[in-house]
Amino acid sequence: MKLNKIILSFVSALAILLSSSVTSFAKVVGDKIVLGSAISLTGKYSSNGVHTQNGYNMAVDRINSMGGVKVGGKTYKFEIIYYDDESNPKRAAQLAERLIKQDGVEFMLGPYSSGLTKAIAPVTEKYGVPMVEANGASRSLFTKGYKYLFAVLAPANLYLDVAIDLAVEKNNGKPVSVAMAFEQDAFSQDVRLGVLDAIKRTGSKKVIDDKLPKELNDMAATLAKVKAVKPDVLVVSGHTKGALTAIRQIAEMKVDVPMLAMTHCDAAKLSKQHGKNSQYALCASQWHKTLTYKDNFFKDGMTYDADFTKEFGYAPPYQAAESSAALLVFKDAFERANSFDKVKVRDALADTNMQTFYGNIKFAEGGQNVDKPMVLFQVMCDGDKCENKVVAPTKWASAELIHPIPSWSQR
Amino acid sequence: MDLLIFQVPILMVQASLDGILLGILFALIAYGMALQWGVMNIINIAQGDLVILGGYITYFMYLSGIHPALGVIVAPAIMYFVGVGLYKLVINKVVDRDLFISILATFGISILFMQLMNFAFGADVVLANSEFGTTMLFNNSVTLPNSKIFAAIISIIFAIGLVIYMRKSKLGRAIRATAQNARAAKILGVDTEKVYAATFGINAALCGVAGALVAITFTIHPYMGLPYTIRSFMIVIIAGLGNLPGVAVSGMGLGVFEEFADYILGTEFRIGSVFMLLVLILVYRRFKLSKKREYLK
Repeated sequence: MKLNKIILSFVSALAILLSSSVTSFAKVVGDKIVLGSAISLTGKYSSNGVHTQNGYNMAVDRINSMGGVKVGGKTYKFEIIYYDDESNPKRAAQLAERLIKQDGVEFMLGPYSSGLTKAIAPVTEKYGVPMVEANGASRSLFTKGYKYLFAVLAPANLYLDVAIDLAVEKNNGKPVSVAMAFEQDAFSQDVRLGVLDAIKRTGSKKVIDDKLPKELNDMAATLAKVKAVKPDVLVVSGHTKGALTAIRQIAEMKVDVPMLAMTHCDAAKLSKQHGKNSQYALCASQWHKTLTYKDNFFKDGMTYDADFTKEFGYAPPYQAAESSAALLVFKDAFERANSFDKVKVRDALADTNMQTFYGNIKFAEGGQNVDKPMVLFQVMCDGDKCENKVVAPTKWASAELIHPIPSWSQR
Repeated sequence: MDLLIFQVPILMVQASLDGILLGILFALIAYGMALQWGVMNIINIAQGDLVILGGYITYFMYLSGIHPALGVIVAPAIMYFVGVGLYKLVINKVVDRDLFISILATFGISILFMQLMNFAFGADVVLANSEFGTTMLFNNSVTLPNSKIFAAIISIIFAIGLVIYMRKSKLGRAIRATAQNARAAKILGVDTEKVYAATFGINAALCGVAGALVAITFTIHPYMGLPYTIRSFMIVIIAGLGNLPGVAVSGMGLGVFEEFADYILGTEFRIGSVFMLLVLILVYRRFKLSKKREYLK
């Protein structure tokens, strides 16, 4: 009984503490531009949610320390209000409402994942609040006619179609046979659509088209089929679980396939968790530190990588890099709009045409970035040390693609 | 619908062997569930989360440089105490209550465990590499990861060990007596409270073993527990309580069923097919029961 009382008083104290610390913000307070973001700090997206938040914070600190944002002859600093959306779309939508209605936020940064961005976009659209997002790549976000949504990243359908083109090129321009395994979620299914387009465009043939469940941790059946059918390319997209499961089981089942292309390799820390077994995997990425894009704030990819690693203790995955880029876009738009009027800022965002360390940024009608191609890197190992090296597009390549992948018996 | 498995018959061998090996692992988890369901009349929704927790113990051993295979000894030892602790904290308050209350309570534990694991270990998908290699059969056209074979052998050893323990040891006899009639056992001097705690502990320990094997064979993630709960529930439903050979057979059967459903209907229907089977069996059971019903006029 006594214990119950202690727990009860502890919880009430905590509740009072929390409620008193929430104060009201407006869009621009003094010399601060307040941005809002609902972000997954707990729940299943929390790892990537934290990468996103670190990316945002790093850019805020950098921009503030390098002179801030100049609007109407005055200098402003960025500040972000974060709420934890618990990786839950409903919660994310509620929090977006709260940020806009209660906290008075007039400019938003996106959450992590296509699903959560999809939940928030109708809310920001309803209130006419410009949102720059960096982690929602699903194609369906850009076909709804949203006017206030801008994404600094390339849409999901462009993730792996490069791989099919590459396979055809390696096959002397002749069509290839493709085995596909995609998780059943908005993002992976969009990646699938892109691959299907590429298959059609190149006259290739799909031989396996498996849809992986959300609770996936066994791909043995798909891989056994791959062994039987012997396709030229195997494409897998199922977030980090898909990447990890595929590499583990491909190695265990000794599946030989000339080309293996997948998504989420760096988020899955493939080379760390699987070492040499992940060798030769081709991975789609929004960004890689060796790309030679430049800006005045982070200089280039290598510098960003070093600075981020110094500050947060781990190398930045592309989720962090693109999040930092979102802030650069906002700064640029505020300065060009020279105003805090939502419509003017929105119009300035729509006219964005700039280069950041993360890539070129130019928005299409639907809000997606059309000026930044995806890159493919290949996991290459020297002894036990594995590294990701960019192999396509050729303009950015730092190593030559190894094709076909040597069979397991020769490794 | 994909009929490749019928065009390439060797895939049937692959599917059957994969299914049997997987099924043995499922059966181990179901065995624990059947035990505590039979003894305490509690359906433990947190069963799968206990499995995942066992997996994390193994993963952290692996990270600190210990071979993950040793997880099958360390994880159950730790999980036993987790189980006993859980019993003393929550389960003993719901053990004599309505089944619905215990389902709610264990559902709550399940959510709590998921969030705590997510909080403590992060949301990354992780695994423990055993480097056990692969067994190739039929001119390399059928491959069996040795980690799966290892998982099946360990599951069988633990299951047989537990059966012997239940038959021969004093506690085992007390557990069986309590399962048959708790009141009578109490009158005859069995400390049922202790029996319940031990049963829940043994169940958690079995989940610990299974978790270690899941970490070695597949991947783990804080939110991956539910499919294991569903499968073990399913196996127990098919086999019935107190029917240990039944649990083994229906475990393997479910494993093979899942693999074939995967090949023929597609991976996306894997878990769905388990649910479908569950519905069919429940309908069939009800149909059989309705024929037996006696009316008072």
